[in-house]
Amino acid sequence: MLRFLLRRLAIAVPTLFLVVTLSFFMMRLAPGNPFQGDRKLTPEIEKAVNAKYGLDKPLAVQYVKYLGDVIHGDFGPSLKYRDKTVVEIIGQGLPKSLTLGGCALLLGTVLGMAMGTAAALRQNRGADYLATTVAIVGVCIPTFVTAPVLVLIFGSRLGWLPIAGWGNGAPRYLILPVIVMALPLVAIIARLTRAGMIEVLRSNYVRTARAKGLSESAIVLRHALRGAVLPLVSFLGPASAGMMTGSLIVEQVFNLPGLGKNFVMSASQRDYTLVMGVVILYATLILVMNLVADMIYALLDPRVKLS
Amino acid sequence: MSLPPKRFALGSQQSAETLELAAVKGRSLWDDARRRLVRNRAAMASIIVLGLLLLVAILGPLLAPFPYDQVNKTDTWAAPLQQGHVLGADALGRDLLSRIMVGLGVSLLVGVVATFVSLVIGVAWGATAGYIGGRVDELMMRIVDVLYSLPFIFFVILLMVVFGRNFILLFLAIGAVEWLTMARIVRGQTMSLKEKEFVEAARAAGVSGFGIVARHIVPNLLGPVVVYITLTIPGVILAESFLSFLGLGVQPPMASLGTLVSYGASYMELTPWLLIFPAITMVVTLMCFNFIGDGLRDAIDPKDR
Repeated sequence: MLRFLLRRLAIAVPTLFLVVTLSFFMMRLAPGNPFQGDRKLTPEIEKAVNAKYGLDKPLAVQYVKYLGDVIHGDFGPSLKYRDKTVVEIIGQGLPKSLTLGGCALLLGTVLGMAMGTAAALRQNRGADYLATTVAIVGVCIPTFVTAPVLVLIFGSRLGWLPIAGWGNGAPRYLILPVIVMALPLVAIIARLTRAGMIEVLRSNYVRTARAKGLSESAIVLRHALRGAVLPLVSFLGPASAGMMTGSLIVEQVFNLPGLGKNFVMSASQRDYTLVMGVVILYATLILVMNLVADMIYALLDPRVKLS
Repeated sequence: MSLPPKRFALGSQQSAETLELAAVKGRSLWDDARRRLVRNRAAMASIIVLGLLLLVAILGPLLAPFPYDQVNKTDTWAAPLQQGHVLGADALGRDLLSRIMVGLGVSLLVGVVATFVSLVIGVAWGATAGYIGGRVDELMMRIVDVLYSLPFIFFVILLMVVFGRNFILLFLAIGAVEWLTMARIVRGQTMSLKEKEFVEAARAAGVSGFGIVARHIVPNLLGPVVVYITLTIPGVILAESFLSFLGLGVQPPMASLGTLVSYGASYMELTPWLLIFPAITMVVTLMCFNFIGDGLRDAIDPKDR
């Protein structure tokens, strides 16, 4: 276990270093700067502003300083929202993105597993073909199609749900974005569960359970499902990261003040520090998610040794 | 009409040869796979549909009723079947059918080229790591692990923001993301292949390491690689459309399925056809690839069926 964690750390450190380095130099190589706004700054003011944020020093010096700050947990002030630090802005956006992503992940997993299990139990029959087809279609329809279509139907035409906005986190406002984010997830999870289930249902321990005379539901829920979700667990690690990129689109369409929106805006406004803060946060989340997924995997399948 | 004698003779000779081979070899793995694939109706239908779509995309500029970027001021927002626009026209009066034809071609091109980039890098990297093994393998796969945990879509977005909306860069960026999975698959396969007798035989015969990888290992990787390719292409097409939606993909007046769909989505209330037709084209294309990929996987590795 300790060796496993150390090894993961050995990957995490260079990964984060690479993330910081790449995003730092990519942003700095970008034409334009954060202070190019609607009004033109006089050269003196621009020079003063640059000096204030240390942007007048050589790039290498800035890089080393930034690296040092980040190690101490200081992500600096936002260059666009001058009175706020990056940590403050992220602190406002992150809970919203996490709520969205978490709900979508939960909905997608539950629905997908139910669909996949049902399909596997009726393999190569009507319900199975239906579920498999729905799953493939679900993967093929991009979120930026489902989002406006659902808004049109349930928002504009039927008027049941709000069209966009956060509404202080009221559940009504979350329904559509969560469904849109969950749909592709349902599709993939249903496919994985189906494949895993079919394999497990043929295994010896399920045959033993049958021979013991357990009821079908006990066999499926207590014995088979546990083995069948294994491929799912290793998928869910990266998938929870995918939820975040999914939120890029959803936050754009539904005008939600989450992290995804922060990122796209700050990248085009050259808000260097905010961009890097968001990217570093995402990278860290991905690393943590993968670690958690691997640990759950080992917990569910005693045959797997963490090494 | 009787067959010319020469051709007849050739035919019988060939069948005799096949018979002889069959007696020695039995049915090969690939024969079995092909038979299973042909029996898979969804996959076969997808191959036909995709073939047609490909034809349309290639012949697009010849078949299209209008040039894809021709602005027709009198035809703005034309509904389907109005003013000679079979599928309608957009805000600038550009013919939707012509734009879909071009967009389909662009999307397929992005998909194929980016997948090819990932194929070349992934196979070379994975086969090398798997074949050499030991420290080199450890290091090479650690690099893949590190790159794997990068939030790549963010870097692609950054790339597009930083270097402008460059078409070729788009190919490279997406291809560079996709090769990681390919490398992992290929490495795993190579590790098991290199223990096989035919590799040992080649080594005993004095074939160099590079020769063994190129001549004996890579050809035997074909199965899983082909399956992965058919599933990567739709992934790439989706990724491109995702970028297009954020305004970072192919730039107007050029079109891709992604730009058309996202354009249509913004005018959906008044002119739904601008969303519906590109979306259908896109979904059908992606579904074809997915069905073919699934069919190939079931055919090559029929364990799950």
